[in-house]
Amino acid sequence: MAEAVIKVRGLRKRYGELEAVRGIDLRIERGEVFALLGPNGAGKTTTVEILEGHRSRTAGEVSVLGFDPGRNEVALKERTGIVLQHTGLEPYLTVSETVDMFRGFYPRPLPLDEVLEVVGLEEQRDQRVRRLSGGQQRRLDVAVGLAGDPELLFLDEPTTGFDPTARRGAWAMIRSLRELGKTVLLTTHYLDEAQALADRVAIMVRGEIVAEDTPAGLVAADPDAVIRFRAPRGTALPDGLGLREADEGLIEARTADPTRDLNALTSWALAEGIELEDLTVSRLSLEDVFLRLTDEGDGEVGS
Amino acid sequence: MKAVRLVLLQIKYQERAFRRNPAAAFFTIAFPLIFLVILNVIFGGNDLDLGDRVISGATFYIPAIAALTIVNSCYTSIAMSWVFDRDGGVLKRVRGSPLPPWAFLFGRIAHAMILMLALLVLVVLFGWLFYDVDVPGQTMPAVLVTLAVGAFAFCAMGFAIAAMVPNADAAPAVVNASILPLLFISDVFIPPDAGTPAWVEHVSSVFPVRHLSEALQTGFNPFETGAGFEPVHLAVIAAWGVAGLLVTLRFSSWEPRV
Repeated sequence: MAEAVIKVRGLRKRYGELEAVRGIDLRIERGEVFALLGPNGAGKTTTVEILEGHRSRTAGEVSVLGFDPGRNEVALKERTGIVLQHTGLEPYLTVSETVDMFRGFYPRPLPLDEVLEVVGLEEQRDQRVRRLSGGQQRRLDVAVGLAGDPELLFLDEPTTGFDPTARRGAWAMIRSLRELGKTVLLTTHYLDEAQALADRVAIMVRGEIVAEDTPAGLVAADPDAVIRFRAPRGTALPDGLGLREADEGLIEARTADPTRDLNALTSWALAEGIELEDLTVSRLSLEDVFLRLTDEGDGEVGS
Repeated sequence: MKAVRLVLLQIKYQERAFRRNPAAAFFTIAFPLIFLVILNVIFGGNDLDLGDRVISGATFYIPAIAALTIVNSCYTSIAMSWVFDRDGGVLKRVRGSPLPPWAFLFGRIAHAMILMLALLVLVVLFGWLFYDVDVPGQTMPAVLVTLAVGAFAFCAMGFAIAAMVPNADAAPAVVNASILPLLFISDVFIPPDAGTPAWVEHVSSVFPVRHLSEALQTGFNPFETGAGFEPVHLAVIAAWGVAGLLVTLRFSSWEPRV
């Protein structure tokens, strides 16, 4: 079995009355890109901040590179990189000065040129931080996280607020981190991001991990199919098939028995003389799995 | 050795960032000079003719400006930058790195003290060139000790008040409200002989600004015949510094307050 970089057993965190993390187990292996998904308030950030050493825990065992992050040891910080959601960098320094300053904190930093190459900021190296675009600043955040040549990198929502091109760029960057052999713990709101980047995914809902597998495995574990179609506005839909309105004017139903349900649906449509436009039957996407897992309960899905 | 290197690294980048913001740097530097000019325009011309020598009236404004400079460089700017860096996530980022918190703190304090000393040298030089102010001679050690004690105390109090400020939006209001009234009642802006009621002086004697101002007045006093040390004033300032340090250690945080 591969070496575990992060081991968590029975982790709990209580804020007064609220139990934000309710006994989770995690095992992340060296070289893995691991994505932690979940709606807002699911306990992702709390979990990651405990692993980063920013927050104390109420109960449970946590080991990061063999260290207890709660002890705030420099030896652990020298081997991890943290990319926070908010920038917090000196606006009047240049890109290379900023990276150089952080390189100075670590015993064995990554060469400056290599850091800038990985994040794609070679051309901006002499630009002031305040003149960078939002996407470039986020890349600089990652550069600062990489400065000390960490074995483990925490990436908290690395592409939130990016346009599609910038996201593709960031994805390429995260893939190159994997090629460098880094272990990456990624939190994200975007299902396609987890699907594209992660070796394994854990879905967290209300402080618990409700599913953990490869992206393909999560989808395969759910035998259901989805039927989608369009019908004229105001059509009275048949009962018993679990039909509901979905995004973009589509009507959809999840089914464990697609042959039977499709037969029922098309029989009804023929009898009523209705054309089922854009009719599809498909396997669940990771997003469908995510929505099903997180909908069970209050149905609150993160933005 | 590693510790010294880390602190120097902090100072280097702090200084560089400070210089890169020319508007902020210019007014930080111009501020005490503007005060010297204004005080001379309003109250100026009170030169003392002693027969054998003339003492420029401006000499008596220097300690007030020195007190103001210590308060600005140490207390106000440390409090503001700490709250802004806390809200902006700078402190959280530092805490996630192997840079020891004290190295970051020392970097901040050193930057404040370098700036303070540079400003004071500039003010005294400017006053000497244009207003014939007296530069302290035998009281210089006392002036330096007062500056050191004052810088320590006002830095510590700056960190302490930052711990009391809930967020960056509230920082200017809270920090100014905590210090401007003291500057007014402690003979810094208003000369000692302006007829301040006695009870106001009693109130202000509790706080450190008056003691700083008076210790500096002794240090810069051209008639001072002794070494110019003011142990009681220094003790009160230092006590406030220790209190500030304790509040800082107990209540200071490295994360934005939600």
